[in-house]
Amino acid sequence: MPPQATQNAGSDVDPKNQKLNFDINRDLYDAADNHQPKFQSKPGINEEVVRLISKTKNEPEWVLNKRLKSFELFQKTPTPTWGPDLSELDLQKIIYFIDPNTTESTSWDDVPDEIKKTFDKLGIPEAEKKALAGVGAQYDSGMIYHNLKKSLQDKGVIFENMDVAIHKYPEMIKEYFMTSCVPVNDHKFVMLHAAVWSGGTFIYVPKGIKVDLPLQAYFRMNGKQGGQFEHTLIIVDEGAELHYIEGCSSPRYQQSSLHAGCVEIFVKENATMRYTSIENWSRNVYNLNTKRALVDKNAKMIWTNGNMGSSRTMLYPCSILRGENAHSESLGIAFAGSEQDQDTGSKVIHAASNTTSIIKAKSISKDGGISSYRGLVKVMPNAKNIKSNVQCDALLLDEKSVSKTFPYMKINSPTATVGHEASVSKVSEEQLFYLQSRGLSEEQATKVIVSGFISPIVKALPLEYAIELNKLIELEVQGM
Amino acid sequence: MENTKQTDNKNNILEIKDLHVEVDGKPILHGINLKFESNTVHAIMGPNGSGKSTLANAIMGNPKYKVTKGQIIYNDQDITNSSVKERADLGIFLSFQYPAEVPGVTINNFLREAVNTKRALQNQKPYSVIDFYKLLKEKMQLLHMDQSFRTRELNAGFSGGEKKRSEMLQLLLLKPIFAILDETDSGLDVDGIKAVADAIHLAKKDSPMGIILITHYEHFMRELMPDRVSVLCNGKVIQEGSTELAKKIQEKGFAEFIKQNEQSNKGGNQ
Repeated sequence: MPPQATQNAGSDVDPKNQKLNFDINRDLYDAADNHQPKFQSKPGINEEVVRLISKTKNEPEWVLNKRLKSFELFQKTPTPTWGPDLSELDLQKIIYFIDPNTTESTSWDDVPDEIKKTFDKLGIPEAEKKALAGVGAQYDSGMIYHNLKKSLQDKGVIFENMDVAIHKYPEMIKEYFMTSCVPVNDHKFVMLHAAVWSGGTFIYVPKGIKVDLPLQAYFRMNGKQGGQFEHTLIIVDEGAELHYIEGCSSPRYQQSSLHAGCVEIFVKENATMRYTSIENWSRNVYNLNTKRALVDKNAKMIWTNGNMGSSRTMLYPCSILRGENAHSESLGIAFAGSEQDQDTGSKVIHAASNTTSIIKAKSISKDGGISSYRGLVKVMPNAKNIKSNVQCDALLLDEKSVSKTFPYMKINSPTATVGHEASVSKVSEEQLFYLQSRGLSEEQATKVIVSGFISPIVKALPLEYAIELNKLIELEVQGM
Repeated sequence: MENTKQTDNKNNILEIKDLHVEVDGKPILHGINLKFESNTVHAIMGPNGSGKSTLANAIMGNPKYKVTKGQIIYNDQDITNSSVKERADLGIFLSFQYPAEVPGVTINNFLREAVNTKRALQNQKPYSVIDFYKLLKEKMQLLHMDQSFRTRELNAGFSGGEKKRSEMLQLLLLKPIFAILDETDSGLDVDGIKAVADAIHLAKKDSPMGIILITHYEHFMRELMPDRVSVLCNGKVIQEGSTELAKKIQEKGFAEFIKQNEQSNKGGNQ
């Protein structure tokens, strides 16, 4: 609608027709480079593919057996229908394994140029310059770059590719990998993940060690129809502290891509774990992720999640507070644009007394996008004096966009204090008029309103991530 | 002093011609004719519901206010159909009676965005964070505002006085050519009115701004004597005059003035 029309239409202005109309070059996020993968499996999944993955990685037998058992469960389990529409996801068209034509590197110089170019766009070298403690980047299904500051190594901190960790630390992996935190039979996509997982990160922080700088890893999908099933396993031992940051971006392709990662975190007594992730998958990706933490006595778990891009997202980071005085915080931002369904939220299980939790979720919907908050607060009967507070706010940028809220509460303890607040707001004509009367364009005005809306969450991020998230949201607001 | 400035600067003219405006389908203004000039304080007075705020919103281009007939001309340019931003870019500014709240956006960040957008328009380099910090600090001191105000969220939870001061701060920073002050004096105590008037005097010192002072109180005129007065009633201009008329209204009080005016009208009709 041209400005004149808005002007004259007066009270007849139909907000449905108000549209921010300018294009943005999304190549940065959607471009694929010419990198040739070394090996990739045929589309579709069967036992042969599962065995092939295990064999290529030269895995011990117990890992293969776990994969096969999971695959069997996967075949028997129907696709969940309680969330976003997954009917167009054809699991037989997905490629389940791509091994990149590169070996594990320890220095930036060893990283192939093509891949460097892509990472340049994502700003990884900048992050490195800023003396972040280490960079682990997964290129397709393997780790190409993995650097850990010597000081951390000296402290006994392990920061390793999962594929390598299986061989190097078999006892620890056997104990913690897909056992008590996210068991292989958890749900359909965990079963799939357990059958075909590849790469990812293993971190162990020894007792009492505080990692001052955040550890970072960037995941990126490349390769047509590339599925990505990275596994992250983090153990923060007693009294230790860690901040782990993960950022994702993916090239855009025509056919559906699937991301079904899994994150397992163990926060031991008195430990603190902060997990921050910004996911910006391309618009054709199904992002069906599982993230869970087991939190022990006096320990703290803080989740921060930004979800943009992708076609469907189902992600509900979960803290199981199983030790007394354990605490969980979950901050989330989701952005849903045209044809996107962002189904996100958070779960907390209060399984011990005096445990506390906070969930803050913000969502923005635009151009008919659907954002849903889906969360669970569960208090077990034996848990006394629980405090939990859930706050979810939605901002709609136009009339055709949708926000939904599904706040499940299962409170089985009479001493629990559980609060829930939800709000839905719209960018109002008054706000736009006010800001435009100060010389801002409609686009600028909308950006200002959106940045204000998300600022409580952005403030909780480390500086460069706050800047990146603001930039990503600005790009999304500007439109595709 | 102001006269020398006037010769240095172009005399800008904002003209309202036979303006008819409706809100939600209800006609409010029925053919308004007004002429505003640079370096002039032009008071628009009138009782509640006379259409003063409608006039202010129509000049600024609020899409809720529909112009059904007539024109708004700025220096020979018809801006009746121009967007809000286009009008702001031309130098028209509205001090809102009820400014919209924008949660999460700090005064500092919003004003830097607004000021730098204006600078870009004038091919000037944007202020750095530090330079803008200094500029804002200086302007806030002029208005006797506490520095903690810069991190407050735009209009969210502001008191009446804070809203008015925030609007005046914006006026000082954006230096408009025409500033419409929509009841900027309402809801303020004597000190508040004085603070707002001081701000306007400061702004006038900076530039030959034309001020369109919308009010239904005569008090404000003690602080800011108008050069012209137009009296609005039921969506029409019923009387116009210069400083003499302003003084007359000030002496009698506006309520009394309107009453007498109605009586003389009745006499004329009989």
